[in-house]
Amino acid sequence: MTKRTLSIGLAAAAIFALTIGCGPKKTKTPPPQTPMTNTAPPSQPPPEGAPAIAFFTAEPTTIEKSQPSQLRWSVTNATNVQIDHGVGEVSPNGRRAVYPTATTTYTLTASGPGGPTQIASATVTVATPPPPPGPPPTSTRTVSELVAQLQDLHFDYDKSDVRPEDQAVLTADVAALKTIFANFPNVTITVEGHCDERGSAEYNIGLGDRRASATKDALVALGVSGDKLKTVSFGKERPICTDATESCYQQNRRAHFSAGQ
Amino acid sequence: MKLRQSLSLVLTAVTLALGAPFASGQQQPTIRIEGSGQVSNIAVTDFRASGAAQPFMASFNATVLADLQGSPLVKVIPKTLYPLQFPQTATDLLPAQASGPRTQVGLHLTDWNLPPINANYLGFGYGVDQNGQFIVFGYFYNTSPGMPSIQQAQVFGKPYTATLDEAGVTRVAHQYAADILAQFGGKSLVGTRIVFVSDRTGNKEIWSMNYDGTDQRQLTHYNTISTFPSVSPDGKKLAFTSWLRGRPEIVLFSLDTLRRLPFYNQQASMNAFVDFTPDSKRVIFSSTANGGAAQLFTANVDGSDLHRLSSSNTIEVEPKINPKTGAEIAFVSGRTGLPQVYRMSIEGADLQRLSNGEGEATNPAWAPDGLHLAFAWTKGFEPGNYNIFVMDVPTRNIVQLTSNEGRNENPSWAPDNAHIAYASKRGAKSQIWVMGADGRGKQQLTNQGSNEKPVWVQAVQ
Repeated sequence: MTKRTLSIGLAAAAIFALTIGCGPKKTKTPPPQTPMTNTAPPSQPPPEGAPAIAFFTAEPTTIEKSQPSQLRWSVTNATNVQIDHGVGEVSPNGRRAVYPTATTTYTLTASGPGGPTQIASATVTVATPPPPPGPPPTSTRTVSELVAQLQDLHFDYDKSDVRPEDQAVLTADVAALKTIFANFPNVTITVEGHCDERGSAEYNIGLGDRRASATKDALVALGVSGDKLKTVSFGKERPICTDATESCYQQNRRAHFSAGQ
Repeated sequence: MKLRQSLSLVLTAVTLALGAPFASGQQQPTIRIEGSGQVSNIAVTDFRASGAAQPFMASFNATVLADLQGSPLVKVIPKTLYPLQFPQTATDLLPAQASGPRTQVGLHLTDWNLPPINANYLGFGYGVDQNGQFIVFGYFYNTSPGMPSIQQAQVFGKPYTATLDEAGVTRVAHQYAADILAQFGGKSLVGTRIVFVSDRTGNKEIWSMNYDGTDQRQLTHYNTISTFPSVSPDGKKLAFTSWLRGRPEIVLFSLDTLRRLPFYNQQASMNAFVDFTPDSKRVIFSSTANGGAAQLFTANVDGSDLHRLSSSNTIEVEPKINPKTGAEIAFVSGRTGLPQVYRMSIEGADLQRLSNGEGEATNPAWAPDGLHLAFAWTKGFEPGNYNIFVMDVPTRNIVQLTSNEGRNENPSWAPDNAHIAYASKRGAKSQIWVMGADGRGKQQLTNQGSNEKPVWVQAVQ
């Protein structure tokens, strides 16, 4: 676990802010808040002292566009902990994957009755994507390493169209898939379609299927061999995030790649 | 479960059709069946209990009495006419007296058959608190002097178990009253079960339980996602959707042997959401066999003889055949944007939208009467905040059954047409609940893991 404070890197290819919010904002009677699943369980007695931020880090600090970076934090004596850029209210100890498309400084605000509000920030620098990785060194890499490089595509609520802003991701995925199929002719890749938790489980099976197949169609249109791509819908059965927030919903509305069966 | 089971079919249908949409300030219509021949006289004693169960007995006795008095199937003899002594358990009963002066009046079954009581049947029993559980032993006997023995005079005698609280006590009171009314042709829920999905083992598997939440059993052990259960009307087959081979596919199961039955899945990225025709011979499901968005298909119960039913370019899921007529299908489609409930004929003709287009409407579920359709609707709320509604399909009148109680989905009607099981998510996890078809008497049945997709059926494993 590295604890580094980060400096702001190149503010370069930043075009899109992290406005991944697409569905309507929740305004009334939200469903019961789902507690964080990845937080440490120790009970949190009412804070007595002033709020304090033990740490707030991002790991890694530099990513390529739309790759994940893990935010981690630990706060004591706070009754309200917020992270901006769409993350929202969080528990005092936790972590969260973020997928910024441009260099972003996340600010954590911890407030409580015992003292002044504390603020800490962590910056995730988005590097300009390097030219699509050329095939040469790949022969030494395993299929799973190569599959792990494939990036998720994301979708709007109740939609299955590949978004214009995902074109760069799509292009990178096409290159990576071609590399995989060139080096491992027997491998097939499964395109998984996923949904957020709001629609019915039944409808979402159909919607996830549309997302997987729209992704496959877009890849095939860019020259990827269609008979090496399978599609499967998981609907909302395999979420990667379980909070009732738009940023979490957005992470779940995705097409994800896995090595075929 | 407050709805009076006695009046089950008729009264529910009439209540929902006539009164319910505007019932808030009105009296519900009452129905009396007059002059329909001889009705049995029954006497039911006040049940007693000691300890922690004692404070609940007044409520128990009042509920039983109300259920019985509300039924046209029996006539309840007023308790003021009963003898001072009465049995509380089977062993209190004394054999019929041959002759001589009558002693211990009330402990002989035939005492109840004589004037001024003139009861044909006697119900009695008692309650106990067992480690915080409420157990009622309920008996029902024929009082006719023609009965050869006490044993043969017993109609039934059995324990009823519930949580020791107002809701649990009320529920077993309804059950006991329903068991009595079942002897006179009243529809009883006893023996019905609820098939559902639980992740308590770490994977979503198909489970079943009694309709009161007891006897929860795991039916599948596939260690993947197995969900969307349905049961054939003949009670012999269970269908569900499983990722057993990586993709959502239909799995058919015998409920007699708990083994898998053959089902031919189309070569498609998904085959899911099975419903059966009333004769249990054909199925209807959603598939991408056409290559585009999921559409509705019908096939034999083994998956052969496939026919396409719908042809749109939008997602169509959850086909549900009207169980009464077998002639129409309710389903969910995105034809006009967000998912809505539609219906069409079993041949795929005469398409109509049933929901009004507001928000998202999903999870259609026909009542056994074929006239009412329960569904989940986000009416007035943001996406995901579903509540349960019931539509009287001929008039399109709609009654809301849940509100401000978390996210409520997947309604399923009880065979008595008077109760509804559903999934309610009020915290991190979803649980199975039941309620009357008028929304009263809500009760939670599950608490281990997350539980969803209830399907209320006649007795199965």
